[in-house]
Amino acid sequence: MSRLARCFENLKANNKTALIPYIAAGDPDLSVTVPLMHHMVKQGANIIELGVPFSDPSADGPTIQLSMERALAQHISVLKVLAMVKEFRQTNTDTPVVLMGYLNPIEKMGYATFATAANEAGVDGVLTVDLPPEESDDFVKEMKANKLDCIFLIAPTTIESRISKIAEYGSGFLYYVSLKGVTGSSILDVEAVAQKLEQIRSITALPLAVGFGIKDEASATAVGKVADAVVVGSAIVKKIEANTDDSGKIMQEIGDLLLSMRKGMDNMTQEKV
Amino acid sequence: MSSTNNTTDFSAINWAEFPNEAGHFGIHGGCFAAETLMEAIDLLRDAYFKLKDDPAFQAEFDDDLRHYVGRPSPLYHAKRWSKELGGAQIYLKREDLNHTGAHKINNTIGQALLAKHMGKTRIIAETGAGQHGVASATIAARLGLECVVYMGEVDVARQAPNVYRMKLLGAEVRPVSSGSKTLKDALNEAMRDWVTNVDDTFYIIGTVAGPHPYPLLVRDFQCVVGREAREQIQEQTGRLPDALVACVGGGSNAIGLFHPFLADESVEIYGVEAAGNGLETGQHAAPLCKGQPGVLHGNRTYLMDDEDGQIIETHSVSAGLDYPGVGPEHSWLKDIGRANYVAITDDEALNAFHALTRIEGIIPALESSHALAYGMKLAASMSPDQQIIINLSGRGDKDINTVAALEGITL
Repeated sequence: MSRLARCFENLKANNKTALIPYIAAGDPDLSVTVPLMHHMVKQGANIIELGVPFSDPSADGPTIQLSMERALAQHISVLKVLAMVKEFRQTNTDTPVVLMGYLNPIEKMGYATFATAANEAGVDGVLTVDLPPEESDDFVKEMKANKLDCIFLIAPTTIESRISKIAEYGSGFLYYVSLKGVTGSSILDVEAVAQKLEQIRSITALPLAVGFGIKDEASATAVGKVADAVVVGSAIVKKIEANTDDSGKIMQEIGDLLLSMRKGMDNMTQEKV
Repeated sequence: MSSTNNTTDFSAINWAEFPNEAGHFGIHGGCFAAETLMEAIDLLRDAYFKLKDDPAFQAEFDDDLRHYVGRPSPLYHAKRWSKELGGAQIYLKREDLNHTGAHKINNTIGQALLAKHMGKTRIIAETGAGQHGVASATIAARLGLECVVYMGEVDVARQAPNVYRMKLLGAEVRPVSSGSKTLKDALNEAMRDWVTNVDDTFYIIGTVAGPHPYPLLVRDFQCVVGREAREQIQEQTGRLPDALVACVGGGSNAIGLFHPFLADESVEIYGVEAAGNGLETGQHAAPLCKGQPGVLHGNRTYLMDDEDGQIIETHSVSAGLDYPGVGPEHSWLKDIGRANYVAITDDEALNAFHALTRIEGIIPALESSHALAYGMKLAASMSPDQQIIINLSGRGDKDINTVAALEGITL
């Protein structure tokens, strides 16, 4: 069983929702990323989504863009991101790591070379924002051959026939984008999310993560009621942005945020029981 | 990648079959967009395929091209310049005489009509030199649509007259300060806007790039250039040209000229990229000459990126050519060997700018000056009984501040 499948199975057995923080690898500098990953796990993260910086992140809002620019200024590369995952795996063999980014850096390396190296480093899944299922036959084949899950996005506008197609190509979990717009947008309608998740669940048994618009304990708790996993991106990255020269504060503030979300989500699931 | 294959019978290819249903031109093109955009792209594709062969839609488009743009644009025999160069006869396709001063208006009218048919009330556009922004603002004014134009801060500074034109036309110009602050960043920002406002907004892409169906529909709207030129040259000389020359940034003016001639095997085709300070310096915008295939802005195509797949900053004196990618159909035409792609430096383009201005009394855009500069070289290597068509894609009024500054003159 894959690390992602095992993770979701354990959480389900304990009636818990997964908490998935996102950080861009190398932001604000290369030395912070691995200690931050460990710290986030300690503070309640179940899966780490590690952003692979790209020069032209056209689906991301200003917060993630700036984060990637900071990381690129530190000369981050796909190989360096994989080295970070390898280092993380020296002391953590349980927490799944999903790489999230854009296709070109992976295409440049070559799908097969990338997939082999990612598997060796201990990566569990890959989400490429600008690769829809229609263009992904070769990509998915190489990833699967190297035991990597392919995570795909579903949007509020995704129609039923496409959800089936995406579910067919995807594995590990599906990532539902809870609102229109780029990352870091802010208005979240939990009722609408719940309805869409119900529709997706009628088509696939894959776990459903929800991201975009989750920024605090209240929103994480509300979404956690209806989703299998809650993804927090811009709210975490903003803590890095505010403390680029103080890694102690970065750890502290991100840790506090995750802990509050964890508590809110866990209390909520106890109520549910 | 397939290299030039001289044995291909180009007259036997059914050019209308490209791109295929998925938007592919060989390995290039396609639809590499985030899921958040897929519904909008699907709706656009459905709307376009429904309208593209609709006689009423075509009549509306043709009527606007004739009475609003001023088409057909002339095909002008530059006799004095041809004689001075001593080689082939040069014919200029005068897209500079279109309303708003460039070929860009052909496409914005087509897309704006499409937007209207789809019930959209707001249009957005990206722009580099500002020509596409002006053309979008123009048609938005005429159709009463709200218009927002994204433009890199660097380009806002070097194309001030066009920024003011857009504002006069009622458009909002939003300067983009991310990345290299040029055309590619304006495109990123426009895509972000589209994702966010997809319900009421139509994104008018200015070139033959982006996710399918954009490269197809922009080509279709620009092909009027080549269709006219093909008729005009035969009317004037009784035969087809020996060669075509056009500048290539994203490549919409070039594909518009080239496409109707693709099956004419005797016609040599030259796309001219910006060599900036020289291809050997790395400071250029010539992905077809120096780049490798990759994925950016919704399509696979030749790109300028580094060994980690990060897009690198480009350089050209001409804002409209300052882009690290290129339309996927050009990448395919390069791979199958139907078109040749060459590059012209800033200095060579400036020389051609002055040459045409002084010898023919036509001030060309700096973008088009790249085509003129290569056309000069090419004509000089040919004989006076041969003939070439150069696409004079835009007029140079917008560039006079840039040229003056380069020559140390304050206006």
